Amino acid sequence: MSIITVERKVLAKNDIIASEIRSELLENGVFTINIVSSPGSGKTSLVEKTIEHFNGSVNISVVEGDVQTDLDAQSVSAYNVPVVQIITNGGCHLEANLVKDSMTSLDLVQTDLLIIENVGNLVCPAGYDLGEDMKIVVISVTEGDDKPLKYPKMFMNSKVLVINKTDLLPYVNCNIEVLKHNALKINPELKVFEVSCTTGLGIDKWCDFLESSI
Amino acid sequence: MHELSLAQNIIETIKLNVPKGELRNVKEVLLKVGEFSGVVMDSLKFSYEVITWGTEIQNSVLKIENILFSLKCNSCGSITTNSYGLRECSECLKTDTEVLSGEELIVSEIVLEDKS
Repeated sequence: MSIITVERKVLAKNDIIASEIRSELLENGVFTINIVSSPGSGKTSLVEKTIEHFNGSVNISVVEGDVQTDLDAQSVSAYNVPVVQIITNGGCHLEANLVKDSMTSLDLVQTDLLIIENVGNLVCPAGYDLGEDMKIVVISVTEGDDKPLKYPKMFMNSKVLVINKTDLLPYVNCNIEVLKHNALKINPELKVFEVSCTTGLGIDKWCDFLESSI
Repeated sequence: MHELSLAQNIIETIKLNVPKGELRNVKEVLLKVGEFSGVVMDSLKFSYEVITWGTEIQNSVLKIENILFSLKCNSCGSITTNSYGLRECSECLKTDTEVLSGEELIVSEIVLEDKS
């Protein structure tokens, strides 16, 4: 019997491609966010509200990830920004090689902010580096205040938490203070924004943060 | 369900490290798996079994070394563990802590049988 010592990350290949993406984005001065959440939290609405807020003052490109359909790309392209749709055909998350391929369709020189909207899933996308500057986890108040404790890895691996649908707080069983407390117990460094993509409340603070990061 | 993708990556790592002629001798693949690596082990083992089926490494199995989630507290210096992924030190309850382990997902060793 012989033993080969390997000590290699299972996702080493993904990480290598993600590093290549990161270098290319850095060279082109692109700030990149990877938006993750469960389906229906409002990732696409947040993307749309962000584009609307900047109104052309920041050059934004978008990569949309979905299991099926280009509905999100259709929706976002109405805002006159470059959009690429990745359809994973069953895959529950985006991987770095998919993002790298999609970037060939984007003009990075003309991009200040690249928004990658991941496949809606609060588990799998957490482990995959896509070359982004930061993961942004979105949670809507309709999902309840216990989700950070139930799906901790996504909150551990994100730098920012956007709490969406705050306009619905009077109607749902969610205590936003408990939600924030739970998220900060998992990741005390999380920066938290409260927004409503329906009323626009809080979008300005979120966009100020993005602008200062670019 | 990203375990199929992980299993494919493990197989790629085996092929990178084991000479082609010895692939059929691969007996065990030791993985270090952190408590918060986000992996469902039964799904990973099942995925591995499915995609190695009919290949040279179909008789190999995954062996798992579980790694606990552990923290070092920057306030009181304690090293503690918890099963919830909380960044709170269970000794002094402060959250100024560093994660020491628990997020690993590593192919550690590949065990080969002697050629018959």
